[in-house]
Amino acid sequence: MEIDPFIFRLSIFILSIFIGYYVVWSVTPSLHTPLMSVTNAISSVIIVGAIIAGLAGNSDSIFSTSSIFGFLAISLAAVNIFGGFLVTQRMLAMYKKKKKDK
Amino acid sequence: MLSANLSAIFYLISGVLFILALRGLSSPETSRQGNFFGILGMAIAVIVTFLSIGNFSAGFLIVLIFLLIGGLIGAFIAYKIPMTAMPELVAGFHSLVGLSAVFVAIAAFLNPEAFNLGSPGNIKLGSLIEMSIGAAVGAITFSGSIIAFLKLQGIMSGSPITFKGQHPLNALILISIIVIIYLLCSTQSSNLFWILLTISFLIGFLLIIPIGGADMPVVISMLNSYSGWAAAGIGFTLENTALIITGALVGSSGAILSYIMCKGMNRSFFNVILGGFGATEQSVSSQNKEQRPVKSGNADDAAFLMKNASSVIIVPGYGMAVAQAQHALREMVDTLKKNDIKVSYAIHPVAGRMPGHMNVLLAEANVPYDEVFELEEINNDFANADVAFVIGANDVTNPVAKTDPQSPIYGMPVLDVEKCKSVLFVKRSLSPGYAGIDNDLFYKENTLMLFADAKKMTEDITKNL
Repeated sequence: MEIDPFIFRLSIFILSIFIGYYVVWSVTPSLHTPLMSVTNAISSVIIVGAIIAGLAGNSDSIFSTSSIFGFLAISLAAVNIFGGFLVTQRMLAMYKKKKKDK
Repeated sequence: MLSANLSAIFYLISGVLFILALRGLSSPETSRQGNFFGILGMAIAVIVTFLSIGNFSAGFLIVLIFLLIGGLIGAFIAYKIPMTAMPELVAGFHSLVGLSAVFVAIAAFLNPEAFNLGSPGNIKLGSLIEMSIGAAVGAITFSGSIIAFLKLQGIMSGSPITFKGQHPLNALILISIIVIIYLLCSTQSSNLFWILLTISFLIGFLLIIPIGGADMPVVISMLNSYSGWAAAGIGFTLENTALIITGALVGSSGAILSYIMCKGMNRSFFNVILGGFGATEQSVSSQNKEQRPVKSGNADDAAFLMKNASSVIIVPGYGMAVAQAQHALREMVDTLKKNDIKVSYAIHPVAGRMPGHMNVLLAEANVPYDEVFELEEINNDFANADVAFVIGANDVTNPVAKTDPQSPIYGMPVLDVEKCKSVLFVKRSLSPGYAGIDNDLFYKENTLMLFADAKKMTEDITKNL
């Protein structure tokens, strides 16, 4: 009997939760705010679904209800992607080590 | 046009790059590289999506325009936002992830052919379940984050909003969400889909209003987690590995942060979520309000004490963020260091309004991160330090958490500030902190209260040093 592809996706999902668990515990507490902003940015990879929805319309009807929701989702996710990564970069650039003054 | 197998491999690569992005955050040195991996992963995912559709007609241009508009707004916000507003920003961003998950789910529900999920009214059962879970969690994330944002921004009062029958009502709505998902899957009715979205928005709103301002670190982490689960739900619908991996990473990341924050307050997750901490304890504090003598001083006294110290530990809290005192504080510390005084910073896990809030503010003020310590690392040093300088923190220093089993914060890990030879407390008044309980530290023999705005007081001390 063939295995439903859903099971494979579920396996990826479960294993990723474990990866996330161990990776996030190793994040130093002082970087917890950048952690939140970068997780924000990467969860906006949902833009992939928005692009599919936005491009689904044929040339007669570019603006169907479905593709309009797609376009809006693209903008929302893009705010997050650019905003999230850039603000993370801005924060991380501030973390400096002590200058050798001792 | 990219084959389905090839694009699946690219999605896997971008998922791995996202894992590396989080891995990089294990130390500040590797973190910038990690962020670069994240950007790379995102670029791969977006480009592969365009190539796999391979439809570069008029719709493509519109997609690019919307992408650009969003990107410009995001970049503008990222450069303009002050570091003190980071909790609001993160809450706002969570709401966007939630809303875009909802929009993608709506688009997929209206036009399932585009996603290979069947036809309208006849969507594959598995996809419909995944889609409705993703949409419901996304809607909860959206409205919950909006409330968190309003509370953090001060537009909405930070005090908990509770009413009679709140918990039964919430429980009823949560159960009806499950029932509606079940009915939706058996009837494929679009009306049920809209009802599902509406009540999910409603429950997100109801879940967050009873939670008070200082519990926001837990709320933000929790919503972070939800945004991940919503993304994972949509990832299952779209059969997209990058989205499934990311959703799982973000979901567990947020869950771990919530756990760390709850532990920092010695409260169970459910205790925080069910809310009303600040509201119930207020009455206790007003009862035993007796007049006790307090020593208060001015900037001159504080400067004198610190000048004669050999080591100083600084304990920042939310008040420092409110007063924007981090730069003034760093200048004071620079002056102290010139006088050969050893200075370090002690950060409580729940100081501020989100995980790591204080660390970012200190980093912004150019404080080297190797002078900043977590609670467990520094707590034994208080006994050997001469001065503890508490600026804008309160409950996290309250010794009552160790001594009085009756106290609502009993058992919460606190900074052993009272073990210092002397304690300087910058605060605007004697009013109790968020937990609504008096801080014994105010009345201790070796405590000097400095009643003033945190920024102004710090500047005055620097002048007197």
